[in-house]
Amino acid sequence: MDNLFGRLTIDAFKHDPIEAGAGIGIAVGGIVIVALLFYYNGWKWLWKEWLTSVDHKKIGMMYIIVATLMLFKGLVDASMLRAQQAMASGDSFGFLTAPHFQQIFSAHGTTMIFFVGMGVVFGMINLIVPLQIGARDVAFPFLNSLSFWLFAAGAFLVNLSLIVGKFSDTGWLAYTPLSSIQYNPGVGVDYWIWSVQISGIGSLLSGINFLVTILKLRCPGMTLMRMPLFTWSALNSMILVIFAFPILTVTLAMLTLDRTMGMHFFTPDFGGNPMMYINLIWAWGHPEVYILILPAFGAFSEVVATFSHKRLFGYVSMIWALAAITFLSFIVWLHHFFTMGAGPSVNAFFGIMTMLIAVPTGVKIFNWLFTMFRGRVHFTRPILWFLGFVVVFTTGGMTGVLLSVPAADFQLHNSLFLIAHFHSMVIGGVLFGFFAALAYWTPKIIGFKLNERLGRYAFWCWIIGFFIAFMPLYVLGLMGATRRLNHYEASTGWQPLFIIVAIGITLIITGAICQVFQIIVGVIQRKHHMDRTGDPWNGRTLEWSTLSPAPFYNFAVIPTVRDREPLWTKKHAQEIKEEMTHYEDIYMPKNTAMGLYIAALAFVFSFAIIWYIYWLAIVALIGIIICVNIRLWQDDIEYCIPAKEVERMEKENAHRRMYT
Amino acid sequence: MNKKDKYVFFGLIYFGLIVLVVLFMFSNHIAVLTPKGIIAEKQLEVILKSTFYMLIIVIPVLILAFIIPWHYRGSNKRANYDPEWDHSYTAEAIWWGVPLIIIFILSILTWNSSHSLDPFKPIDADTKPLKIQVVALQWKWLFVYPEQQVATVNYMPIPEKTPIQLDITADAPMNSFWLPELAGQIYAMPGMKTTLYLKADEEGSFRGSSANISGTGFASMFFTAKSSSQDDFFKWVDEAKQSQKKLNEEEYNKIAAPSQDFPNLQYTLEKQDLFDSIINKYMVPAQETKTQ
Repeated sequence: MDNLFGRLTIDAFKHDPIEAGAGIGIAVGGIVIVALLFYYNGWKWLWKEWLTSVDHKKIGMMYIIVATLMLFKGLVDASMLRAQQAMASGDSFGFLTAPHFQQIFSAHGTTMIFFVGMGVVFGMINLIVPLQIGARDVAFPFLNSLSFWLFAAGAFLVNLSLIVGKFSDTGWLAYTPLSSIQYNPGVGVDYWIWSVQISGIGSLLSGINFLVTILKLRCPGMTLMRMPLFTWSALNSMILVIFAFPILTVTLAMLTLDRTMGMHFFTPDFGGNPMMYINLIWAWGHPEVYILILPAFGAFSEVVATFSHKRLFGYVSMIWALAAITFLSFIVWLHHFFTMGAGPSVNAFFGIMTMLIAVPTGVKIFNWLFTMFRGRVHFTRPILWFLGFVVVFTTGGMTGVLLSVPAADFQLHNSLFLIAHFHSMVIGGVLFGFFAALAYWTPKIIGFKLNERLGRYAFWCWIIGFFIAFMPLYVLGLMGATRRLNHYEASTGWQPLFIIVAIGITLIITGAICQVFQIIVGVIQRKHHMDRTGDPWNGRTLEWSTLSPAPFYNFAVIPTVRDREPLWTKKHAQEIKEEMTHYEDIYMPKNTAMGLYIAALAFVFSFAIIWYIYWLAIVALIGIIICVNIRLWQDDIEYCIPAKEVERMEKENAHRRMYT
Repeated sequence: MNKKDKYVFFGLIYFGLIVLVVLFMFSNHIAVLTPKGIIAEKQLEVILKSTFYMLIIVIPVLILAFIIPWHYRGSNKRANYDPEWDHSYTAEAIWWGVPLIIIFILSILTWNSSHSLDPFKPIDADTKPLKIQVVALQWKWLFVYPEQQVATVNYMPIPEKTPIQLDITADAPMNSFWLPELAGQIYAMPGMKTTLYLKADEEGSFRGSSANISGTGFASMFFTAKSSSQDDFFKWVDEAKQSQKKLNEEEYNKIAAPSQDFPNLQYTLEKQDLFDSIINKYMVPAQETKTQ
C-alpha cells in the first residue's frame, strides 16, 4: 500500500493559514458553482451547449471566462506580493514566509502569461477570426475543443496546487539548477512543469488549427492582401506558436526526465548544462511575448480604423512590420541573459537585433496615429484603451531598447527596472489590447453593449493605477532593488516607494472590479443596449455583416469579397445591387465530449506523475490513447442543415432583428 | 465635473506625481545614477546616451498621440476629413527611415560599449589587479583573497583606486553578483567561472546583492563592499590574518551548508585551491544525485 499513492500523503493537505484560506476559497467557490448547477438543473444545458460544443464562438467565450478568473487570481497574487514588500522592511518581516512569497510570484507569472495572456489571445482569435474571414467554423473544430480543454486542465492544475501540495517557488521560468531535483525535491516544480506542459500542447494544436483556418477557409475573394489586420496578426502569432511551442514542450520534457528519471540534461554536474536550459526556455520565451502582443496589435488596428471612420493607414506597411517582428523575434532570445557572459560580440549582435524590433513596432504606432489623422475620432472605450496603450507601450518600449544595450543591461538586469519595463509591455500592450478588443467586439459576441460609464471608470483606474504601481519600480531598480525580494533592510530607503506601488495595485484592482460591475450592470440593462443591426459601430469588416450574436453557422450565405473592407464598401456603394439570396445546405460539426475526456485524462496523467503514482499515470495514458483512437475512427462527425431550414432560421432572425 | 475640469484635475494629479518623483530622486540615494567606480560611471554614460537618442523619437510620438486624436475628434467639424486617404510613400518612408537611422546610431554605441565594457576585460592592463574570488553559496557570499591569504563572508573590503579582478562562481543555484555603484552584475554559476573587473574611485560602503532568485534565503543574499585607502586595506589584511578561524575543507562545508543571515566572519585561508576545487567538483561525477 505504500506506493499506491506515490508521495501523496496527508501532509500534502496541510498548509499555513493564508495558503489554506486561498485553497478553501477556491474549493468553496467550486462547490457553490456545482451546487447552483444542480439547483437550477443546469447540467444538461451546460453539457450540451457549452462543455461539448465545438462552436468556435463558444470555445472562445470559455477561453475568456477561464482567463478572466485566472486574471483575478493573478491580481490577488500581485497584491499579496506588493503588500508584503510594502511591509517587510527592517525588523518587520511581513505576513508571508519566504517560500510562500516565492510560490506566489511564480504562480503570478505563470498564471498571467500562460492562463491569462494565452487565454485572451486564443479567446479573441477564436471569437473573431472565423467571422472576419467569412468562415463557418475553424478548420479542425474537434481539435479546437481539445486545445481549450487542455488549456483549462493546465489552469485547473495550477489552482489544485493550492489545495494539494504546493506550487513552484523558482519563478515563472524555473531556471535550472534551482529547479533541479537537488535543490527542489518537492512537487512544486512538477506542478509548474505539467500545468505549462499540457496547456502548451493545447496552444500548439491551436496554432496549427488557426494557421490552417486562416490559410484555407477564407471566403471567396479574400486574398491574403485583403485580410483584415486582426487576422493578419493572428496568422503571424500562430506561425510563432508553431515554431516556438515545440521548443517549450521538449525543454519541459527534458526537465521532467532530469527530475523524475535522474537524467542530467540541465544539471551542472555529470556533463549537464544549466545554461542550455536558460537558452532553450528563452528561445521559446521570447517569441512567446510576441505571440501575446501581435493579436493585441491586430485588435488596435481594427479599433483605430473603425472609430476614426477612416481606412487603416499603411496597410501594406503594417503587414511588413508584422512580418519583420515575427522574424526578428526568433533571433533575440539571448538578450534575457547578457549577464551570463557570452562575450561582447555575441551580446552586441543580440542587442542590435533586439533594437531593430523597435523599428517595425514604431512604424505600427505611426500608422495608427496617421489613421486618426484626417479622420473623425470618437473617444469610445476602445479608443481610450488604445491611447492608454500608446503612452504606456511607447515608454515601456523605450526602456526595453535601453535594456537591450548590453552595457546598460549589466546594471538594469533582474532589477525592478526590468519588472517595470515588461509590465508596461504586457499590461499596456496585451491587456489593454484585450480590453479594447473586448469593448469593441462585445456586441458581436453577446449581442449587447456593456455599460459605458463603468467602462470609463475602469479605464482611468487601470491607467492611473498602472503609473502609480509601476513608475516607482523604475526608480527602485535604479536604487539597486532586485526583483523577487520578500524582505529588505530599512537602510535601503525603498519602503516609501514600495508603499506607493501597493497603492497603485489597489487602484488597478479597483479598475478590475469596475469591469466586473460593468458586466453585471450590462447584463441587467441588456434590453436597453441590444445590438439589433449587427453593426453597432459602423464597422468595416465581415464580422459586422452578420447578426449579433452571430448565428451558430455564422453566415447563412458565405460572402464574397472584392476589397479589404467589404462591409464599408457595401455601405458606401453608389448603387446598391440587390443580390438574390440563394440558400444552400450547411454542414456543421457535431458536438463531441472527446476533447473534454482527453484533457481530463491528461490532467489525471499529470497529477499522477507529479505525485509519482505511476499505475495511475499508465491507466490515464492508455485512456488517452483509446480516446484518440475512438475519435480517429469516427466518421459521422458532421450534420446537415437543409437549405429550407436555413431559410426559415434566417427569416426568423430578420423578424427578431426588426421587432424585438 | 465638466469635461474641462476633469482634464485639469487629472493634469494636476500627473504634475503632482512627477514633482514628487523628482523630489524623491534628489533626496535619496539612487545607486545606478550615482556611480562610485569607473565601470559603473561608463555604464551610466551608456544609459544616458541611449535614452537621449530614443527620446528623439519617443517625445514626438507622445506629442502626436495627444494632438492628432484631439484635433480630429468627432465633434471638431472644422478638421479635414478624408476617409479614403490610406497611404503616403513619403510619410511611411519617414517612419521607417528615421527610426532606422536612430537604431543605427544606437547599434554603433551598443557594439562599442559591449566591447569596451565587457566584464571580462581588465581595467588599464598596466597595473596588476587585486584578485578576489567570489563564491555564491546558499545564502551568503564568500570572498577569498588568494594573494592576501584571507577570506570573508558577506563583506568585501577593497582598496580604493585599485583595479579589482573578481572571479565568480557558485556552489549553489545560479545567482547574479550585482554591485550597482561600482560595476553592474554578472551571473554566478556552479561549475563555471565568470569575471568582473571594477575600480572604486573613492572610499565608502556599497551595497551589493544577488539579482537572481536562488532559493529560500535569496533576500538575505546581500553584502557590503567597503572601499578604503590602500593603507587601511592592508592594515585590515594584517588584522584578518590574525584570525583564529581557518578556512579549510571542513570549515568551507560548514559555510556552504544552507543558512541565512550568516555573520560577517573573517578567515585565514588554509586550503589554497579552494576556488578551483569548488568549480572542479562539478566537472567530475562526484556523487550520485538523489532522485527521491
